[in-house]
Amino acid sequence: MPKMIINNQEFEFEPGMTILQVAEQAGVEVPVFCYHPKLSIAGNCRMCLVEVEKSPKPVASCSMPAVEGMVVHTNTPSVEKARKGVLEFLLINHPLDCPICDQGGECDLQDITMQYGPSTSRFEENKRAVADKNFGPLIKTHMTRCIHCTRCVRFADEIAGVPELGGTGRGEHMEIGTYVEKAISSELSGNMVDICPVGALTSRPYAFKGRSWELTSTESIDVHDALGANIRVDSRTGEVMRILPIRNDAVNEEWLADKSRYSYDGLKRQRLDRPYLRNAKGQLEEVSWEKAFEATALKLKASKPEKIAALVGDLVDVESMFTLKKLFQGLKIPNYDCRLDGSSYPVSPAFKGDFTFNTGMLGIEEQADVCLIIGCALRTDAPLVNARLRKRYLSHGLQVAHVGVPFESTFPLDHLGDEASLLADILEGKHPFSKVLKKAKYPMIIIGNEALTRPDGGELHAMAKAIAAQYNMVREGWNGFNVLHSAASRMGGLLMGFIPENGALPTKDILAKAEKGELDVLYLLGADELPETCLEKPFVIYQGHHGEVGAMHADVIFPGAAYTEKDALYVNIEGRVQQANRAIFPPHEAKDDWKIIRALSDYVGAGLNFVNLSDVRAALSIENPSFSLLNISQPGPLSTVSKTLPKVGDQKFKPKALSYYMTNVIARHSVTMANCVRDLTGGVHD
Amino acid sequence: MLDPKDRIFSNLHGQESWNLSQAQKRGDWDKTAQLIKKGHAWIIQEVKDSGLRGRGGAGFPTGLKWSFMPPVDDRPRYLVVNADESEPGTCKDRDILRHEPQKLIEGCLLSAFAISAHVGYIYVRGEFYREAERLQQAIDEAYAAGLLGKNAAGSGWDFDLYVHRGAGAYICGEETALLESLEGRKGQPRLKPPFPAVMGLWGYPTIINNVETIAVVPTILRRSGAWFAGIGKANNTGTKIFCISGHVNTPCNVEEAMGIPLKELIEKHAGGVRGGWDNLLAIIPGGSSVPLLPKEICETVTMDFDSLRSVQSGLGTAAVIVMDRSTDIVKAIARLSKFYMHESCGQCTPCREGTGWMWRVLERMAIGNAKISDIDDLLDVSRQIEGHTICALGDAAAWPVQGLIRHFRPEIERRITAYTQGNAHA
Repeated sequence: MPKMIINNQEFEFEPGMTILQVAEQAGVEVPVFCYHPKLSIAGNCRMCLVEVEKSPKPVASCSMPAVEGMVVHTNTPSVEKARKGVLEFLLINHPLDCPICDQGGECDLQDITMQYGPSTSRFEENKRAVADKNFGPLIKTHMTRCIHCTRCVRFADEIAGVPELGGTGRGEHMEIGTYVEKAISSELSGNMVDICPVGALTSRPYAFKGRSWELTSTESIDVHDALGANIRVDSRTGEVMRILPIRNDAVNEEWLADKSRYSYDGLKRQRLDRPYLRNAKGQLEEVSWEKAFEATALKLKASKPEKIAALVGDLVDVESMFTLKKLFQGLKIPNYDCRLDGSSYPVSPAFKGDFTFNTGMLGIEEQADVCLIIGCALRTDAPLVNARLRKRYLSHGLQVAHVGVPFESTFPLDHLGDEASLLADILEGKHPFSKVLKKAKYPMIIIGNEALTRPDGGELHAMAKAIAAQYNMVREGWNGFNVLHSAASRMGGLLMGFIPENGALPTKDILAKAEKGELDVLYLLGADELPETCLEKPFVIYQGHHGEVGAMHADVIFPGAAYTEKDALYVNIEGRVQQANRAIFPPHEAKDDWKIIRALSDYVGAGLNFVNLSDVRAALSIENPSFSLLNISQPGPLSTVSKTLPKVGDQKFKPKALSYYMTNVIARHSVTMANCVRDLTGGVHD
Repeated sequence: MLDPKDRIFSNLHGQESWNLSQAQKRGDWDKTAQLIKKGHAWIIQEVKDSGLRGRGGAGFPTGLKWSFMPPVDDRPRYLVVNADESEPGTCKDRDILRHEPQKLIEGCLLSAFAISAHVGYIYVRGEFYREAERLQQAIDEAYAAGLLGKNAAGSGWDFDLYVHRGAGAYICGEETALLESLEGRKGQPRLKPPFPAVMGLWGYPTIINNVETIAVVPTILRRSGAWFAGIGKANNTGTKIFCISGHVNTPCNVEEAMGIPLKELIEKHAGGVRGGWDNLLAIIPGGSSVPLLPKEICETVTMDFDSLRSVQSGLGTAAVIVMDRSTDIVKAIARLSKFYMHESCGQCTPCREGTGWMWRVLERMAIGNAKISDIDDLLDVSRQIEGHTICALGDAAAWPVQGLIRHFRPEIERRITAYTQGNAHA
């Protein structure tokens, strides 16, 4: 490996690295503003100037390639002077309003000025002022503070794929903005707040709410989509103040989708905070936990097991599902299903590959060359998966085709049509895209909810598998078959077998029976996305954290904990088991969900012997060891492809009923998300 | 003084028609195909031998620049001609575009062939509306005569030439900002490396040269590099168009030998300084971006890259701006400072923030509303801009200010003192 000298010490580096990267690797600090490792190099802040021997001028280390034998100094008086100069320039037109700036305390400009800056200013002229821009409901702007690093511009262009930002004007009149005032139409816009090194872009919902040093940070896992982005929940006095991403290059890099970041205010509204029981007058009445359990137990005992069923919602953690499954198994109740969306393609935990995103995020980034998307609005179903595909498109020209409801993609997407019958053509090689698949070295296929929730979802799933087999997508060293779930709970549920077995009822049949009154008890664990007509006849037990459709029709309500309020496991689409941690406590009498079910088990005489969460996890790991392997993606084997050609219906794909900003109870109770629907999707939410 | 027979731009003042037939009578397009048949290497070597240095301001050896092009592969290569002449005081390219367009067009073909490019772009300053029109007419004439296009001038080399008009930004005269603008983006300089020769227009190898540089190439090839090298001084060879403006009796563009004494240049061609040589206050010898020279230095300095550098100024574009004693020198530099503030692209910090700062301080200094210590602060600010920016606009903004302080500090101090005392009495 080539070597270079930084501050009289020799360091090795990989060819192609810049001076800054070598310095970073060597632990030599070089201050930067415009440089960001995930974005292209702009070199415009001039903060990273260093002295290179034999170069007459100081050199911007972020953009200068390291060369064998280069001698660099980062701590000479001339470098210090250059840094002081740049900071002085940045500060002459930067308002010194740190005490009222939301970035205060976590501001790059503040920190770097403290360390490298001049202690006084020589600037005696008037400062520049810039009118604030309206970037929509998520980003608050204070453009006078902008230091023109163009990180946000590059983020919009490169990562988000919405080239809506840019600089207008020249010189000191240059302003960053959207040309024509408009809200930024990206599901990833909140990340611009993170990458803004100053307080020019700050979080609008968080504006003037708190100071960074007052917050307690808890590392956790996001549940708003199925990717399981790594997050940091910042809380203060029992209240979630904001949510930020944590860097994990294998999952979310350092980005977070807007719904995950901004829907936290939904955690504070319409919460179920004590048990309720429907009284003789038909009204829900606050009761003690004992009374609620007693009434529930009475009803459960009085009903025949086959007339009882359970459904779990999209945000439910692994342990609660597992405890409920154990309870139902103890009571010999066969009817439970974790697929609230009604999909019913055949799955078996033994063939994990059938329902996993096997390629993984790193597989997309490092290998994929052709991708076929079936029935999935990728940009809104999983914005960060979409961002990965875009990244691969930018770096290696990933070619993507799509069968399903058209959506506005952030990269070139060949929309083949919205008829499912196209797939048979692709399989049989009759479609022009077949040739592309045939030539591809690392082809992948993504099948999403629009396809899987159709009545012929099972056939479509088989079709996707057949296509994968036909084009050699699943082989030693490469697995290109991917199912993209939209719910955080789904992988965990499927993996633990929270699915009807031996002729038990799937979601569709449970709901049909409930509607007809053929079901006595329906246990809803955080399940709200249901037709209300199904909830009128049976005795409904609702356990969850928000009072919405489920709770409204419930006969008994057990208040549970939201994802920020419990230690729990979630499995992401790649089969990666990740642990969420409690940031705050659930409100009032609400409890961890697994504990509620554990307590209920005593009342119904099916006592589960879990004393603490580790007991639950231990039992879970015995049933399925993959739950004990945390934080690694776990693709699995696929079942064999049947020889007979799947019979796919010829109806068109239908768009999702729910807007991106309204897919779960937390988001639906968030004012911020409602504002997004109003300002960004240009419509009223349903 | 330049021997008239060594003059390259014989129609610089438009005495004759610009059109193709007249240009051919003056010798343009004479046996161009034969020059091309001598091969790429021969042309580059002749240009190297001529010692031609870029006429756009930086004075980089042209032949050397051309030899930075990577070996020919299947990628396209481009020649770009910088006709975004916007440096205050400079108007030489304009006259070439108006009166000698065929010299430029022929130069484009020869230069493009030398670097194996089949496509050339001439980026014309937005304000040069008529000039761009004229150039386009000249190109159309050349196409009609078979001098451009397929098998250009019968040389067997295919070459297409396009005119692209800028929108009036000084910064687009910076070669990489020019490329950005040409590609349709905001004209902001790119980071170097990679240099355009390696990664230029659309990411492909590109050579960018000034109009005057390209326009002298055909004559150099016809009369040999040695001939060109014989004019002027060592390392500062050939002829050069000087643009003399300001307080002289007859402002003009004139082609002269490099290394002509500044005083001789002004006396012979511009009718001398208004009110006589002794009425001279200062001269900016190379366009607004180079530091001014006071009269004492102007007496003896010669007009070439090296000797002007030795007196802490520069030849730049050879735009001689003469200022006599009636000039408010601080105000004059303040005006230049305002120009650089206005034309700063705003991309990188020191120039974006520093140019406005310098202008504001200079405006105060022009009336004396400043502190004595502000002079050193201003000098320090200019040093913080100089060399710390992506492109040379930062340097260009800093140098005039540095020149002012270097040579006219007593004048600034006098004004400050007068102003302070005036205020004290009031």
